[in-house]
Amino acid sequence: MHSFRGFLLKEFYHIFRDRRMAAILFGMPLIQLLLFGFAIRNEIQEVNLGIYDQSHDAVTREITDKFASSGYFVMTQELHSRAEIEHAFAEGSIAEAIVFEPGFATRMIREGRANVQVLTDGSNPNISKIITGYTTSVLQDYRNTALRTAEVGVEAVPLMMFNPELKSVNLFVPGLMALILMLVSALMTSISITREKESGTMEVLLVSSLRPVEIIVGKVVPYFLLAFVNVVTVVALASFVFGVPCRGSVTLLMLESLLFIVTALSLGIFISTITSSQQVAMMISLAGLLLPTILLSGFIFPVASMPLPLRMISNLIPAKWYLIIVRGIMLKGTSFGYIWKETLVLALMATVLMAASIKKFKTRL
Amino acid sequence: MKEVVTLANVGKRFGAVQALQGVTISVGKGELFGFIGADGAGKTTLFRILATLLLPDEGRAEVLGLDVVRSYRDIRKRIGYMPGKFSLYPDLSVEENLRFFASVFGTTVEKNYELIRDIYSQLEPFKTRRAGKLSGGMKQKLALSCALVHRPEVLFLDEPTTGVDAVSRKEFWQMLRRLREQGMTILVSTPYMDEAVLCDRIAFMQEGKMLALDTPTGITTLFRKPLFAIRASDTWGLLCVLRASPDAASVYAFGSALHYSDNRPSARADELLAALQADGFTDVSVSVIQPGIEDTFIALMEEKQGSVDE
Repeated sequence: MHSFRGFLLKEFYHIFRDRRMAAILFGMPLIQLLLFGFAIRNEIQEVNLGIYDQSHDAVTREITDKFASSGYFVMTQELHSRAEIEHAFAEGSIAEAIVFEPGFATRMIREGRANVQVLTDGSNPNISKIITGYTTSVLQDYRNTALRTAEVGVEAVPLMMFNPELKSVNLFVPGLMALILMLVSALMTSISITREKESGTMEVLLVSSLRPVEIIVGKVVPYFLLAFVNVVTVVALASFVFGVPCRGSVTLLMLESLLFIVTALSLGIFISTITSSQQVAMMISLAGLLLPTILLSGFIFPVASMPLPLRMISNLIPAKWYLIIVRGIMLKGTSFGYIWKETLVLALMATVLMAASIKKFKTRL
Repeated sequence: MKEVVTLANVGKRFGAVQALQGVTISVGKGELFGFIGADGAGKTTLFRILATLLLPDEGRAEVLGLDVVRSYRDIRKRIGYMPGKFSLYPDLSVEENLRFFASVFGTTVEKNYELIRDIYSQLEPFKTRRAGKLSGGMKQKLALSCALVHRPEVLFLDEPTTGVDAVSRKEFWQMLRRLREQGMTILVSTPYMDEAVLCDRIAFMQEGKMLALDTPTGITTLFRKPLFAIRASDTWGLLCVLRASPDAASVYAFGSALHYSDNRPSARADELLAALQADGFTDVSVSVIQPGIEDTFIALMEEKQGSVDE
């Protein structure tokens, strides 16, 4: 026990003496959260809108006003011809154009319907889709107020459950937690173990009374604590700065996070048992762990829309399961009964990796 | 005398390279035993086998009467090992390194301070300095303190003085002598011939094989040919003439002189002097000398080389 305490103390010296490392460990979560929270967003505000009004009547003016007052659109210009629309799109001065057909109000009264054409810039399909959605809802809104006497028909009233305002920070926070924990746990442990191999200190550690398990656990504990500090920081910041809710049990969230940290740490140790150079360990951690965590876990791109081979690979990525758990607890308020399967997968991964690492950890050179 | 280390026909191979072959040695308690050899002679491999870090492919190796393969865990607690490469933590201070190594062996610096006081007292003024910022000689002293702090029964020091300045080297060896006087068994490897004289016994290593094993004075008796130190102002010309001589066994520069050994057991200095003066070396001087360890090592190496060439 005495020797293990000494080992732990030494690990903390390493972490806090290396300024760069300490900066990465504590600064990175903050910076990433602020970046994702403030800068990188999916919601669209201030869509530059151009209007080609061929009718110029009371109805088209009212609709135009509705767009202007909706908060999502900015009237940038009045357009006067089809050619002008194309020009404005090419120039990038508008993201959407709305065309009212001639005699709009008259047709509306006489036939009960009139046509509006909505043009968007398809070079970014994601944005286009969102803008079209906004536009449709503004028009819908107008229709409902204008024709107060309800017509016979079916009306769809969409409601985004658990995230009604479609705040993208709600989407990013769970992914960010997975990313940061992966980085701190897997990358840092694999580097810290391979550094000892490179510098030759591992040779001396092996020829000591320390058992392999003690060396591994001694490497894991400091990063385990640090990663946990990071989780608490991210959840607290997300809640206080961005108002991201935690609808489920905070205790459950923390316990699940601890499980994910253990999984990531096991991965890091496993990496360090298959290589003896810091560079290779870093490459494997970055290319083999971080990229899949960002791309294949469902953090940014939904897993369901991936082709089958990628969907199968995504099952091997711990972050995928952790994301399901965190989104469930934070946004949906899910209880353990609904996420025990994902928890089991993570626990299984951690056990297998840890066992493999201890078995593979060489007691000799 | 009780045997502390015994090697019986130990061999180790790395792929196509035979790193060690048929090494048989036994080191007694309280001995200061030196392994002498150039880089790649197999010294590090041998030390790693003794420190239980590598498994021998052939033969048996025992440390403190325990087999290095089966009882490695027990051996590790009782030995002190200092690898060839500086292997302390550069971001930890002198004192923190020492305390760390004491703690991983389940002891404290205070408990064994007596043993390391001699060495560590020189480092104490710098105890808050980071180990990475120490000079080469001080690093080695710290490494030795760290290897000693758990009071091992035998010390394995792999090239402890390589890359260390001459004064620090001398100090380091004085420390080893003092440890030996306290009864410590020490196995040390070095590429420096002048350090060989300071050992009780030495083993010459080359290409994984042991060329000779004896006391430093005993080993020079293996050199049987007459040996002369020859000086002249035109050293280069002298070297060419001597090399061309049919009786020359070997000629090489040694400090400011040339060491020349003759194939004829009856060769005499005055005859050589006369012959060289006849060749036009007017300021030449010739004297008979006793072969040193380096002379012996070179002769043994050449003998080996010769037998391989044939």
